[in-house]
Amino acid sequence: MNNLLKQALAGLRVLLVLTVVTGVLYPTAVWAVSRLPGLHDHAEAVDTTLVAVDREGDEWFHTRPSAASPPASGGSNKGEHDAGYDAVVAERRAAVARREGVPADRVPDDAVTASASGLDPHISAAYADLQVPRVARATGLGEDLVRRLVADSVDGRGGGVLGEPGVNVTALNRALAAAR
Amino acid sequence: MPSTAAGLLQVGVLVAALAAVYRPFGDYMARVYSGTRHSRVERVIYRLARVDPASEQRWSTYAFGVLGFSFVGIVFLYVLQRVQSVLPFDYDRGNVPEGIAFNTAVSFVTNTNWQSYVPETVMGHAVQLVGLTVQNFVSAAVGMAVAVALVRGFTRQRTDRLGNFWVDLVRGTIRVLLPVAFVFAIVLVALGVVMSFRSGVDVDGQTVAIAPVASQEVIKELGTNGGGVLNANSAHPFENPNGWTNLVEVFLILVIPVCLTRTFGTLVGDRRQGYVLIGVMGVLWSAMLTVVWVAEAHGLRPLEGKELRFGIPSSALFANTTTATSTGAVNSMHDSYTGLGGGATLLNMLFGEMTPGGVGTGLYSILVMAVIAMFLAGLMVGRTPEYLGKKLGRREVTAAAVSILAMPTVLLIGAGVTALLPSTPGYLNNSGEHGLTEILYAYASASNNNGSAFAGITATSDWFQASLGVCMALGRIVPIVAVLCLAGSLAAQRATPATAGTLPTTGPLFASVLGGSVVLVAALTFVPALALGPIAEALL
Repeated sequence: MNNLLKQALAGLRVLLVLTVVTGVLYPTAVWAVSRLPGLHDHAEAVDTTLVAVDREGDEWFHTRPSAASPPASGGSNKGEHDAGYDAVVAERRAAVARREGVPADRVPDDAVTASASGLDPHISAAYADLQVPRVARATGLGEDLVRRLVADSVDGRGGGVLGEPGVNVTALNRALAAAR
Repeated sequence: MPSTAAGLLQVGVLVAALAAVYRPFGDYMARVYSGTRHSRVERVIYRLARVDPASEQRWSTYAFGVLGFSFVGIVFLYVLQRVQSVLPFDYDRGNVPEGIAFNTAVSFVTNTNWQSYVPETVMGHAVQLVGLTVQNFVSAAVGMAVAVALVRGFTRQRTDRLGNFWVDLVRGTIRVLLPVAFVFAIVLVALGVVMSFRSGVDVDGQTVAIAPVASQEVIKELGTNGGGVLNANSAHPFENPNGWTNLVEVFLILVIPVCLTRTFGTLVGDRRQGYVLIGVMGVLWSAMLTVVWVAEAHGLRPLEGKELRFGIPSSALFANTTTATSTGAVNSMHDSYTGLGGGATLLNMLFGEMTPGGVGTGLYSILVMAVIAMFLAGLMVGRTPEYLGKKLGRREVTAAAVSILAMPTVLLIGAGVTALLPSTPGYLNNSGEHGLTEILYAYASASNNNGSAFAGITATSDWFQASLGVCMALGRIVPIVAVLCLAGSLAAQRATPATAGTLPTTGPLFASVLGGSVVLVAALTFVPALALGPIAEALL
């Protein structure tokens, strides 16, 4: 018992010293380096297009559904055999089909499923394509121009291999706003 | 390029990167733990902490060190959370409630990093850095120290000394984790991960929470910890913004557990002993990756709970890696996986986290399994089992069995009692088979110190907070004490020279026996429970 107490006290002293090293000095050093000009804007998420929040109105491209409850991020955590959630997905599909004036079977899966973070910045090329006519109508910009903006907003795979390509909605909507 | 081809190439890049660092990094860690010189920084730390780095400890003192260090770690982290409102950068999130604070303290000290809190509304930046980041480092270093102590049990002869816990702890932190973490934190910032002390940023008129992510993100993966700086964990674009960061993070999760098999081979003086371990780990990891990947590609709602930039391949890769390593970070929501895919992530944990397992914990877990495997093989051929020249007698096999059985025992008792409680259905996000899987997953995650979740479960009631906390503590402490006891009794033996009758532990025969034991122990223990949860669901 004495030995355990002795080790615990030594542990407390070691913990306090390592807290200074790994809990104060280390993050401070990383933060200091992140102030360098090339890194600062990443670190502070200046004008970030990493996340997307849905904008209301027909003049914007819509994001994927979000199951997050802001300010917390997160997903629906619904399993694939959840009957109640089937109804939610069917309802979303009908709503998107109505909004875009297309049959329900043309609505892609990413348009009706919630992402993991609730802040997913991307939509599929198919979902972007589906939204082009409506956005062109509502903004008065030509469909060709809108399609070009969509093409400019595609984030490809990292190094051509890593991850999946997608259309960045945040970047796309900002490009739309600038074009008007 | 089709998604599957790109995904396979990505796995190829990952394996190549791990292969490139395997020898140099594995041998570096061997030198770290066998060297006799102390660096200047370390000497300052020993002086400040008033520990004598030259003294060698018996297994019991080494174990008391681990227990004492863990206990003060829990108390310190609990108190820190409870006084959050007086700390800087708390953004009025207030003191963390008792239940969450207890669960989180146990969780981070045991390297579980189960997130029973919502960081964006509960954890301020000061607790994240001074409390959670610190435990991300030191709980990982504890795992490595215990693994090294067990290896010394095999390499030393006729001694009652296993090394010095404080030296192993400090060296693992200062020489292994810290330099790698610092370099890769900068890499992640350069690739887009955020590092901000503000509470939120404005995105098109809405405030999105932000945090000093990069410094913690790295050690969360490198130390196979897994507790997210933000609620969505590595699915959050601020933690994991693109394909590059995703690859780096998966690499960081695997690099230490994988390279420790080289460290082991180097320390025992026969590198083939390490190759056979990584071979078994790699085969099981690859097989389970295939299951998760194929299952998710054929799901009814494959994109539910997944980020589009990761899609199926990068999500499956991350999910399989995080559950096979006791990490528990997620880049997609496992609760929304298919019955088979989600069941496979659960099975990864039920293997006992050794394919390749957590930092240090993976190595000592598979070595314990090797002891069990040799014992079974010895029974079959009627010889006294040996491993690495040490006889496996009653004491050694008992310690190994206690270490292996601790996890299933606390897991099944915890999950069983929870399933019987009348209040439980109210806390589940899904009903029926999937609901049972949510319970099983939670207790498997806690008992294995993994920390990932079928996150639909609302584990914030006092029962969940307390019982999961107890599972985490017992699932960590009991195996560690048993492993150190095993190490002590191995070190006391004289090495037995190999004879013609010794079963070689480097070839495919041993690999099959070892891999078979991993699968068999998990199957014998968990098939009934799995049949009612994920297996039933996969057959729906």
